[in-house]
Amino acid sequence: MLGGRIAAAQFLGVAALVFAVLAALWYASTAAGLVRPLFLPSPGQVISRLAELWSSGQLTADVSISIYRITLGFLISTVLALPVGVLIGCYRVWEAAIEPFVDFIRYMPVVAFVPLTILWSGTGDAQKFLIIFIGTFFQQVLLVMDNVKSVPREFINLGRTLQMPEWRILQRIVLPSSMPSIWDSMRISLGWAWTWLVVAELVAATSGLGYRITTAQRFFQTDLIFGYLLILGILGLTTDQIMKYAGRRLFRYLDVR
Amino acid sequence: MTPKLIIRGLSKTFRTDRGETAALKGVDLTIGENEFVALVGTSGCGKSTLLSIAAGLETYDEGSITLDGAAITMPGLDRGVVFQSYTLLPWLTAMGNVEFALRAAGFSGREAQDIAGAHLSLVGLQGFEQAFPAELSGGMKQRVAIARALSYRPEILLMDEPFGALDALTRHHMQELLTAVWEKHRLTVLFITHDVEEAVYLSDRVAAMTNRPGSIKSIVEIDLPRPRHYELLSSAEFRQLQRQILDDIRSESIAAAGLGKALA
Repeated sequence: MLGGRIAAAQFLGVAALVFAVLAALWYASTAAGLVRPLFLPSPGQVISRLAELWSSGQLTADVSISIYRITLGFLISTVLALPVGVLIGCYRVWEAAIEPFVDFIRYMPVVAFVPLTILWSGTGDAQKFLIIFIGTFFQQVLLVMDNVKSVPREFINLGRTLQMPEWRILQRIVLPSSMPSIWDSMRISLGWAWTWLVVAELVAATSGLGYRITTAQRFFQTDLIFGYLLILGILGLTTDQIMKYAGRRLFRYLDVR
Repeated sequence: MTPKLIIRGLSKTFRTDRGETAALKGVDLTIGENEFVALVGTSGCGKSTLLSIAAGLETYDEGSITLDGAAITMPGLDRGVVFQSYTLLPWLTAMGNVEFALRAAGFSGREAQDIAGAHLSLVGLQGFEQAFPAELSGGMKQRVAIARALSYRPEILLMDEPFGALDALTRHHMQELLTAVWEKHRLTVLFITHDVEEAVYLSDRVAAMTNRPGSIKSIVEIDLPRPRHYELLSSAEFRQLQRQILDDIRSESIAAAGLGKALA
């Protein structure tokens, strides 16, 4: 049925089944020797490579540095995007001043900024933050602006009929009202931030998941590339699920029944 | 009767890039203290615009509008507004929504809690204080909104088709509830509706509006006895009044709908 509900267990079951089927196909095609291991290593090879990197501490080191970079990069971007997005969502003058400019930057491919960011800030963590920022901030500003704009007019009028000062309406009505959709926007933009982190690490880095993937390519370690791609997928899925769960807890009032 | 809300020669024109639309033209209406006046008219006749002006949410071009002698220029706590959409804040409970208004009106936390509880009981919502809007039916949400608008003791209650989004049965219950509350706690009310039966049942006087640009076409005294109960609807006097007002706005609505030839 269109838009019909299913049980949580059923949802989980279907999702797990898709993963299981894909893994089985992967296993079958490599076990049957249909593809050369250089192009598609077997699941066993990938797992043993990951185990090896895990026991040497390399895996943990790579994952930690990447998580550190994305956390800080994403936080910097979010902390700056929230007030700007709220401001231009509330006031037309600020929208006129900022929105077209943000759109202008937004259409410049983030990858094209990589050489520039290296020139500006070297190849250290600062450059990673900068790339994550450029790739995330401008999108977040527009998302937050839209979230704030979709606060029902009636809610704001309610505040006005209660003679609340402008800043109180903003604080007590506009922000709480747009918070669930802002949270969702952050969840979506976090997904993009992962992409920009890896892009930055692929091009110029001396550590991190992206860096390890580039060096693996040089040595034809396809199993490592696959392993790290899986790790990236798992990290992304996990953060997304955590954000979703936290959102449901924070905004429980939306689905009480 | 002491006049409370006085509207004289009020006009309003909306100006957009596509031209001008005259919404109101020379509206004259006086509402006395503790009087219940309904304003009926076809959709688009400007009745909601008039209420928005009274609420201070909309400006006007000509004429005057005063509450207790003071010109209305902006929204204020001397007016309680109930909108057609429920406008309950979804992150607050029923209690929280009423307290929200009381806190804005300057009551302390303790007072706000007591007054909010009392007003939820007044509209029959004891037991639902801690329910979130998502857990309440449309009628219950609108009762919370009414409790909220009454809670801070405004001088006048402005209601913009408050029962318009409810199903027929719930709407009838809400009309009975509103009448009962009003008969007990007299208050000045301006009630906007397009439902003539509802207007007659609730009001002391019913003002019918012309099409856009809206002005007052006729005012009918509803001298039906109070307390009013639902049986009143089937009485001859009731139906006579309803018929009279319907006749006043019927020609307007036929013209507004462009049905003049089809129904001739």
